Amino acid sequence: MSKGTLFDKVWQAHTVSVLPSGQTQLFIGLHLIHEVTSPQAFAMLRDRGLKVLYPDRTVATVDHIVPTENQARPFVDVLAEEMMQSLEQNAKENNIRFYNIGSGNQGIVHVIAPEQGLTQPGMTIACGDSHTSTHGAFGAIALGIGTSQVRDVLASQTLALSKLKVRRIEVNGELPPGVYAKDVILHIIRHLGVKGGVGYAYEYGGSAIAAMSIEERMTLCNMSIEGGARCGYVNPDETTYNYLKGRDFAPKGDDWDKAVEWWNSIRSDGDAEYDDVVQFNAADISPTVTWGITPGQGIGVAECIPALDSMPESEQAIASEAYKYMQLQPGQPIVGTKIDVCFVGSCTNGRLSDLREAAKFAKGHKVANGVKAFIVPGSERVKQQAEAEGLDKIFEAAGFEWREAGCSMCLAMNPDKLQGDQISASSSNRNFKGRQGSSTGRTLLMSPAMVIAAAIQGKVADVRELVS
Amino acid sequence: MLHLYTSANHSCTQRCILYVFTTQILMTQITQISGHGIPLTGNDIDTDRIIPARFLRCVTFDGLGEKVFADDRSQAQEKHPFDQPQYQNANILVVNNNFGCGSSREHAPQALSKWGIQAIVGESFAEIFFGNCVAIGIPCVTADRDTVQQLQQAIADHPEAPMTVNLETLEVHCGSQVFSVQMNPGAQQMMRSGTWDSCGQLTAQSDQIRATAAQLPYLSWQTN
Repeated sequence: MSKGTLFDKVWQAHTVSVLPSGQTQLFIGLHLIHEVTSPQAFAMLRDRGLKVLYPDRTVATVDHIVPTENQARPFVDVLAEEMMQSLEQNAKENNIRFYNIGSGNQGIVHVIAPEQGLTQPGMTIACGDSHTSTHGAFGAIALGIGTSQVRDVLASQTLALSKLKVRRIEVNGELPPGVYAKDVILHIIRHLGVKGGVGYAYEYGGSAIAAMSIEERMTLCNMSIEGGARCGYVNPDETTYNYLKGRDFAPKGDDWDKAVEWWNSIRSDGDAEYDDVVQFNAADISPTVTWGITPGQGIGVAECIPALDSMPESEQAIASEAYKYMQLQPGQPIVGTKIDVCFVGSCTNGRLSDLREAAKFAKGHKVANGVKAFIVPGSERVKQQAEAEGLDKIFEAAGFEWREAGCSMCLAMNPDKLQGDQISASSSNRNFKGRQGSSTGRTLLMSPAMVIAAAIQGKVADVRELVS
Repeated sequence: MLHLYTSANHSCTQRCILYVFTTQILMTQITQISGHGIPLTGNDIDTDRIIPARFLRCVTFDGLGEKVFADDRSQAQEKHPFDQPQYQNANILVVNNNFGCGSSREHAPQALSKWGIQAIVGESFAEIFFGNCVAIGIPCVTADRDTVQQLQQAIADHPEAPMTVNLETLEVHCGSQVFSVQMNPGAQQMMRSGTWDSCGQLTAQSDQIRATAAQLPYLSWQTN
């Protein structure tokens, strides 16, 4: 059992009671809600005559269903409009802060909370979305929850949870050129598996993680859930504090110093005990691309699609299913795979640093003929900042569409969808069957830089060739 | 807390109904699910497959039952177990490894529940999916790979055989065969005691909640 880790300390500080089931009743410091998983939770509260206990600890925005082209109300999609109205009404009736479209603060929930300084070290954070793990980048314990649990947090600001084990994942050394946080997490999931993290919180550490910016750490923690881990985190450090200082909801004045003191105290101790430790060498990581239908089916861009006999027996059935669904053959190089759609955005890779990196590779190039390519900023603030830097002009000159903020084609609950069996190069987080809106649509996950390289060449390309 | 126990029989399940006066919530103790099985083979069946995202455009869970596995079913052209006539009265789903991975959408267990599933036996479950099942009273029990495969085969061979998942003995009966299963002890306790809907227990602790909040430094920091 882990001891002295950030996870243990934060868990302890937020423990309200131990329930008869043995589960912990855990106080939730920040609750984020959106239009997809909250309407039913508010309905449950109304049915039971319950009120929101701490309305000031919940923040709402709209992201999954928002169109990224025509955002005029009412939305063309009547179901989306109904969800939107439901959220607007629930936020108003319960005095919950709501960042609506056009507020200047709307965006993907996992982008807006960090950029406003709502996400802070040592907090417990919950949201009805599995990518809540993103907020672990700050040293928070951030958990994706279902709708009944959204109800529980609204009603009690607590959750009934079983304590997780803690696995430390160390990545040491320097990442080679063209290798990003996205590649690091795809590499980790490739090796530990999509269920390797079930029952664990992942603590990421080592020199490669220490060298990452906070936005890179968000990319890393975001996909912990793809490795089966409900949350992932990085111990807070100067990088974290420098990012937070001065943000809207960051502590101010004397409280800033008190905060830094507390944040330092909740870092994992030097002699902390872990349930498991895994080490990776940064130099071994290449730009990584998924070829299959789970995020664990990834390979280095220079590798070939693996043959059945190279994998454990337990992986073979899903690999066979993946070859068929993806229309790809074992032994075939992934480089050169023709692409129909290119998407940069999502809670994984829709932040300013992602767009800057993407623009660097797009500048002076053109999207290949026949490829639809679009860039979706993660929030209204990201959009505004990117435009202030002229990134939108770089993208448009290269033939990319420049959109409004939202989840877009990561999960296609909005008009952005693949058609038929189109294949996308996507900076998002899931390559599940049908994930991008067509039941036969195919997704190759990769870093934003790799998506741009694919857009320019019309096929999967090795971004390292563009770096040099 | 006052408890009043009465017993009731469901057509497929043996349950005991418990009224919790403090929260006015009807709670059900779940000790045993009886009925018929439905096997669904494959590892890593994610929640996008259980309920594709386009069906999440809704403000209630009503109607999700018809859409469960929508894309897999349309591609299987009536050969998906959820469309096969022999499984139309099934209520116990038997799956393989890492079932329910991916998104946190409770719409996934809700869709299964509204189709008729009341218990799931599997090799393993994704964490959030498992918690969502507990929260809506669907027990998920686990068994090793061989046991699950034997069970899936037994159901396929005799879909009409009566099946029972017993949460007290941790046994699954399928026809004349008996299989041992495991269950997370906390979830088992919650099912058996009727506290799987945690809302009542959580809201009852309001003094302790406020006391814990008062100890958290960040709740009182100045932000302007």
